[in-house]
Amino acid sequence: MSDRSQLVDKYFRVDNLPHIWCPGCSHGIVTRALTKAIDELDLDPDKIVIVSGIGCSSRAAGYLNFNTLHTTHGRAIAYATGIKLANPELHVIVITGDGDASAIGGNHLIHACRRNIDLTVMIFNNNIYGMTGGQYSPTTPHTALGTTAPYGNIDRPFDLVRLVEGAGATYIARGTAYHTLQLTGYMKKAIAHKGLSVVEAISSCPTYYGRKNRIGDAVGMMQWMKDTFVEKRAYDRLDEEKRIGKVPFGEFVNIQAPEYTAVLAEITKRVEGRL
Amino acid sequence: MENKALLMQGNEACVRGALYAGMKFYSGYPITPSTEIAELSAEYLPTVGGTFIQMEDEIAGIAAAIGASIAGKKSMTATSGPGFTLKQENLGYAVMAEIPLVIVDVQRGGPSTGLPTQSAQGDVMQAKWGTHGDSAIIALSPNSVTETFYLTVRAFNLAEKYRTPVILLTDEVIGHAREKIFLPEAGEIETFDRLGPLEDRPYIPYGVEEGDIVPRFAPFGTGHRYNITGLFHNEQGFPSNSQENAQIMLQRIHDKLNGEDIIDFESLYCDDAEYVFLSYGSTSRSAIAAVNQLRKEGYKVGLFRPITIWPSPEKQIKELASRVGEICVAEMNLGQYFLEVQRLACGDTKVSHMGRANGDILVPEEFVARAKEYFNER
Amino acid sequence: MSKENLVLRLNRVSCKGCGICVAFCPTKVLKIVEDNKCKIIDLEKCIKCGQCELRCPDYAIYLEEGTDGK
Repeated sequence: MSDRSQLVDKYFRVDNLPHIWCPGCSHGIVTRALTKAIDELDLDPDKIVIVSGIGCSSRAAGYLNFNTLHTTHGRAIAYATGIKLANPELHVIVITGDGDASAIGGNHLIHACRRNIDLTVMIFNNNIYGMTGGQYSPTTPHTALGTTAPYGNIDRPFDLVRLVEGAGATYIARGTAYHTLQLTGYMKKAIAHKGLSVVEAISSCPTYYGRKNRIGDAVGMMQWMKDTFVEKRAYDRLDEEKRIGKVPFGEFVNIQAPEYTAVLAEITKRVEGRL
Repeated sequence: MENKALLMQGNEACVRGALYAGMKFYSGYPITPSTEIAELSAEYLPTVGGTFIQMEDEIAGIAAAIGASIAGKKSMTATSGPGFTLKQENLGYAVMAEIPLVIVDVQRGGPSTGLPTQSAQGDVMQAKWGTHGDSAIIALSPNSVTETFYLTVRAFNLAEKYRTPVILLTDEVIGHAREKIFLPEAGEIETFDRLGPLEDRPYIPYGVEEGDIVPRFAPFGTGHRYNITGLFHNEQGFPSNSQENAQIMLQRIHDKLNGEDIIDFESLYCDDAEYVFLSYGSTSRSAIAAVNQLRKEGYKVGLFRPITIWPSPEKQIKELASRVGEICVAEMNLGQYFLEVQRLACGDTKVSHMGRANGDILVPEEFVARAKEYFNER
Repeated sequence: MSKENLVLRLNRVSCKGCGICVAFCPTKVLKIVEDNKCKIIDLEKCIKCGQCELRCPDYAIYLEEGTDGK
């Protein structure tokens, strides 16, 4: 008998487990949530491609039993674009981190959103560069500590939801590793969405971010998520004063717009054989 | 289709060659003097059911092309110096992950933004050593519009056969020159497709079957769920920190490029030559004109032209060095391939250099004068 | 799926001892013990809500369909 759940047995490369993530790192939770979403959608695993970049989050690809591509730092979305264009019937899911997606890969993120190409981008946001040892990232809050921000982060952070909304993504949600069921729901809708979808999954790095910023250990950081993140509709009802220190999670954008590969297919149909 | 003479630029011949070879995907970013390759790919590809996309930058240009190749399409990207520099990291990825890909570099003057509209051959060493780590690469250098066509087909064939990125190292003169060309009929020249998994045994993504040169390639989405990474990896494609594994893997990636069919060169009057010009790409056109004129005047000169720039034709250059009085390496840079020839000659003969990097092409008169200097001083 | 048939399983080899399952178990079924790993200390109290499985980063604890109902 297996010593893993049916879900894990079905979608993980169990021979590669245990994974490299630190004790209490939320990436394992978020990755499981993704497999749950895929399971509920009942998609053919042969037609699922996971593309990741570099960083802690991007190691998820190697543990998942799909077509998996672990690329270069920041470039996962660009690789994914090529795969999707080459074979539009594939479900192409990008797993990336806050630094991978919005610092070194920021250009690819916004342009994929602008194109509205049918990719799903899962950003595991733990507010820090974990793999390299706790440097501040584009989502590290102003004044928070990192190993390269020993006196407090001077940068102001990206709000990833607003960033990708501005860039044109047509499905956008934010979930957290604590609110796992809702997160799974957003992931499901994102994968099913025709167009560029982004799910910001708030994850936690107890080893660096939690410890440096005295938020706590694994449990402390889960508690922090529970206390900080408020479902969007509840958040919207809060007085401005009560919103201080709170961050909304939920579905922010869900619209239909012409999808890149569909438009391309129409053009190809029109001109094929012309020369 | 009637095989009639056409007039076209090198850049167009490149696209025609790519389509002949079966290119179905192009992604890139506009840059002088390579832009016509993107423009014509955009026009032609959809007409053959292929896909063109202009990406947000040079890095995305190569990354998307690698992605498309992983999904099974023959892919190409084109650029020039500054863009070639930006592509280096992902070029290394394609080497490491063994992804077939053609990268065209229409060289222009550098460093930096340099001379965008003028020719150079300053990327020769970048082609070889530009990406970090101990990379192995194939680079081909055409010296005419016609040869651009054939070498583009060859670049795709080698990329597919050896599962490696292949660089077509052309230059502004060849890219923009308009010359007469006869295109071959479909099926007239061989095209090669990467080998797929064997049906009677389990697929090992990075294992080499007996009798094969490289691992067999299963495009994503065809039922073989495996992992591709730029990390050193085991035969299953999963990251491995094993030093023993790293050694074996890297050695295999280097050794596969020892294939005899990779090396290609042109040797003109070298059999009895005392003085040999070694030149490639557009510069070799001036060398050929000069050598023909000098031969008419009775001078024992020759031209050796590497068509495969990397790996260099080591055996041939060594042999040449063992019997000629001097090899003059003529190139539009301050001495790059010169270093390679010097290495190979290893003191057996004098190796000199003729070149500049200001955009001014080397003309036949300079070659003639240089050779006569040698014979007069002897 | 009826909860009756579900069994709580813990694979202690996979457990990295982060304590998340312990902290968020509504009925205090679990505990981190001397070897810094999770242990089921009071299975009788388990309401099979699955909170532990959802939030276990290491896939060490899960509910599985069983025949013994325990």
